[in-house]
Amino acid sequence: MGSATSNDIPGTTMFDGAEAQKGYALNRMCFSFNDAANRTAFLADEDAYCARYGLSREQHEAVRGRNVLKLIAAGGNIYYLAKLAGILGLSVQDLGAQQTGMSVDAFKAMLLSQARGA
Amino acid sequence: MAKLVGGLAVSHVPAIGRAIADHKQQDPYWKPFFDGFGPAREWLAKVKPDAVVVLYNDHGLNFFLDKMPTFAIGAAPEYANADEGWGLPVLHPFKGDPALSWHIINSLVADEFDVTTCQEMLVDHAFCIPMELFWPDGFPPPAVPVAVNTVQHPLPSALRCYKLGKAIGRAIESWPEDKRVAVIATGGLSHQLDGERAGFINREFDMLCLDKLVNDPKALTGYSTKELVALSGSQGVEVLMWIAMAAAMTGRSKEISRNYHIPISNTASALLVMENQTAREPAMA
Repeated sequence: MGSATSNDIPGTTMFDGAEAQKGYALNRMCFSFNDAANRTAFLADEDAYCARYGLSREQHEAVRGRNVLKLIAAGGNIYYLAKLAGILGLSVQDLGAQQTGMSVDAFKAMLLSQARGA
Repeated sequence: MAKLVGGLAVSHVPAIGRAIADHKQQDPYWKPFFDGFGPAREWLAKVKPDAVVVLYNDHGLNFFLDKMPTFAIGAAPEYANADEGWGLPVLHPFKGDPALSWHIINSLVADEFDVTTCQEMLVDHAFCIPMELFWPDGFPPPAVPVAVNTVQHPLPSALRCYKLGKAIGRAIESWPEDKRVAVIATGGLSHQLDGERAGFINREFDMLCLDKLVNDPKALTGYSTKELVALSGSQGVEVLMWIAMAAAMTGRSKEISRNYHIPISNTASALLVMENQTAREPAMA
């Protein structure tokens, strides 16, 4: 159990204590987006909002780049990142497409193709 | 004494809440999912639970990483839903059953489950959507929410969740009230939202889980958390709640109905209903 590392399951990060420590500021900012006033404040001045929550440079750049894999590498947890994605108008299919390097249509087709099981 | 009438388990994908709000139940995309609820609602109309225990995972509405309980139990007269940040309509509050909550808390702690108790607790889509699905009239029975940490590893193991379910089943059946109680699990089945493996679904493993949940839930306790992530996806570990629900059954589990459909959003959606058949009260013919 304690030996979980990012690379044990391909393409999968176990969000463990190390990730939770690394990503705390980023996830805390995303948690704040439960409040509509905070979503508005983020959209009004994104850089200032990130600075207020003390994001690391890596986290701040990943937010600026809307780069999901980099957000995860910076300790972001997908449940909190989903709140950021909501502000940016991205669905979980958009997130999946970006992370897998597919078009959104191709990602949706991939999901659908798994219905044809053995 | 209270009677545990059975268990239900269902996916809780946020998009389901959006589809309900937009009345899309009969759209071609949604129909195969929503049509599965007929037998579940018929069964609920027959067994008429007076209260439900709902095992779910909070996705960052009530709990943040500042304080992350492994098992948290609501002990409130009412549970409010709230803005989760992505625009789902906020639902009316849900009724609680503090007497049942405290009975379960007392019984669980006596059983060495040192749970976090919550006299205030916001409930997110993972709690609300299943209540909307099972009681579309908007009048679900009073509930006892049980939040399981499936966000931050280490998660409780499958075996621990199985034992929690057993303890919840014992607690319900030792409640000295003439009430009928059902257990609901939410989440799953296989899906993964994050990483290069996003979109991962495992139909074969889901089928195995559905069979074992009814016939031999203990068999699923042999999987480590990491094995569950590998087999069902980062968020597919929500099957832990299903294992606890199945374990709660105090008698023989009789499958009432199941539905399985790929995909709802990025998820293999599923519904499972089982009746708890005990010697104390033989099944109705």
